[in-house]
Amino acid sequence: MKAISVQNLTKRFGSFTAVDKITFDVAQGEIFGFLGANGAGKTTAMRMLCGLSMPTSGEATVAGFDLYKNAEKIKQSIGYMSQKFSLYEDLTIRENIRFYGGIYGLSNSEIKVKTERLVNSLNLEDKLNSLVKSLPLGWKQKLSFSVAMIHDPKIVFLDEPTGGVDPITRREFWTMIFEAANLGTTVFVTTHYMDEAEYCNRVSIMVDGQIDALGAPLELKNRYSAADMGEVFLKLARRAKRGDD
Amino acid sequence: MTAVEIKNIKKTFTVEKSTITALQDISFEVNQGELFGLIGSDGAGKTTLFRILTTLMLADSGIAVVDGYDVVKDFKEIRKRVGYMPGRFSLYQDLTVEENLSFFATLFNTSIEENYDLIKDIYVQIEKFRKRKAGALSGGMKQKLALSCALIHKPSVLFLDEPTTGVDAVSRREFWDLLHNLQQQKITILVSTPYMDEASLCDRVALIQDGRILDIDSPHGITKKFKHTLWSARAENMYKLLTDLNIQPEVNSCYPFGQEHHVTFKTVDNLKSIEARLNQLGNKSLKFEQITAGIEDCFMDLMEQQKIV
Repeated sequence: MKAISVQNLTKRFGSFTAVDKITFDVAQGEIFGFLGANGAGKTTAMRMLCGLSMPTSGEATVAGFDLYKNAEKIKQSIGYMSQKFSLYEDLTIRENIRFYGGIYGLSNSEIKVKTERLVNSLNLEDKLNSLVKSLPLGWKQKLSFSVAMIHDPKIVFLDEPTGGVDPITRREFWTMIFEAANLGTTVFVTTHYMDEAEYCNRVSIMVDGQIDALGAPLELKNRYSAADMGEVFLKLARRAKRGDD
Repeated sequence: MTAVEIKNIKKTFTVEKSTITALQDISFEVNQGELFGLIGSDGAGKTTLFRILTTLMLADSGIAVVDGYDVVKDFKEIRKRVGYMPGRFSLYQDLTVEENLSFFATLFNTSIEENYDLIKDIYVQIEKFRKRKAGALSGGMKQKLALSCALIHKPSVLFLDEPTTGVDAVSRREFWDLLHNLQQQKITILVSTPYMDEASLCDRVALIQDGRILDIDSPHGITKKFKHTLWSARAENMYKLLTDLNIQPEVNSCYPFGQEHHVTFKTVDNLKSIEARLNQLGNKSLKFEQITAGIEDCFMDLMEQQKIV
């Protein structure tokens, strides 16, 4: 079964077509990189896939649910994390875990078990009752990812999850992504770090609302005679007609 | 001549009764006309240092001199001479593009016309939106307006705080082209960034982490100092290779690096036996290759050394 299946998905705002007939599938357990320049339409597409924004036209199923009929079911089956919004800074770590556990419909006893497991694996035992804002950024990001995974979602959406963190933490974070994918979670990730695009099983590159290229990193590098994904990205994104205005 | 001189600058903050050291005893110099990069992640102390140098914040101790003036005694002189583009967009959202620019020009007793040459390359890209309110601009356009406003009084030293954060790879490259053009106009530029790959675009860089300078040198000078033999490793299943490498006793460090893993060993003599073991564990098409270290390899190595100390 496909984790995500999208056909001709389109979103228009007035006369502006933000997402223009995109078509792609993501397999269960795949790490799928969703790349594009600022303003290419990534965020709009991602919001639709998370059930937060209704498409203008096109079809999509996410975690087996139809985007039009079962948006609420989709929200329960996915995890979401972004660098900009993730945890509540003025709640403690325990409170954040409890809050998100509750939101995702876990029972009190499940939350208790999950809290323990999560805190153990992140070595946060001593910090459980500290406010999230007192944590260093790298820890916040890792906690935020674990919280997004608390209900064992089929798919996790990561919107620029590693922005601003130091290079070692960035790699520790990706190791967590590899582990999750290895256990069968589908990972849908956006990033501006082109080396991170290489970590994905497949990558799509959006230009002006459309998906201009899609394939495994190696395939794309061969197709565009590029040494790395950065070069592939530059070659494609330079063709963009619309700026991010 | 030096454009910026920093000696033993220290800065702490008190947050909810606990003391956070933002800058611990920082010293370095930036030469006139240099494009100097301050490279580090969020919370490293980059913004604090820029705020001290632009006289917006006082250090706890230490001396800082910008364009020949002391940041404490001569703060008014410095404010006339520096341009500052903060990390967060700080122009007037409810003024138009043109109004913002002429506001900043007026503040510095100049006009858009007088220094138009300096901003021309940048401003032409947003000039067609000059009647649009700044708040309604896209991220890339805001950034160009902010840079124009920071330049309109022809500063001798320009401070750019993370101008490329969250910006896509194409726009980042364009922004760096703009900076290299500005450098031709004899402006000293200090730019901070979390992107390690931007280090090579600077004349010299300071690597900063947890309020400490890890190293200061030319990009080449930094990578030359890497003291391990660095290997790239590849196999069919890169995640398996990563976990398998990490449990080998000879491995000193192993990090995913795009399409390969970068590995250093405690001893290099027994690569053959490690290869044999990895093959036995089922790693297919295993390949090791000796490579030269980049800035990011050095940064991580210096971070590890700090941890050990």
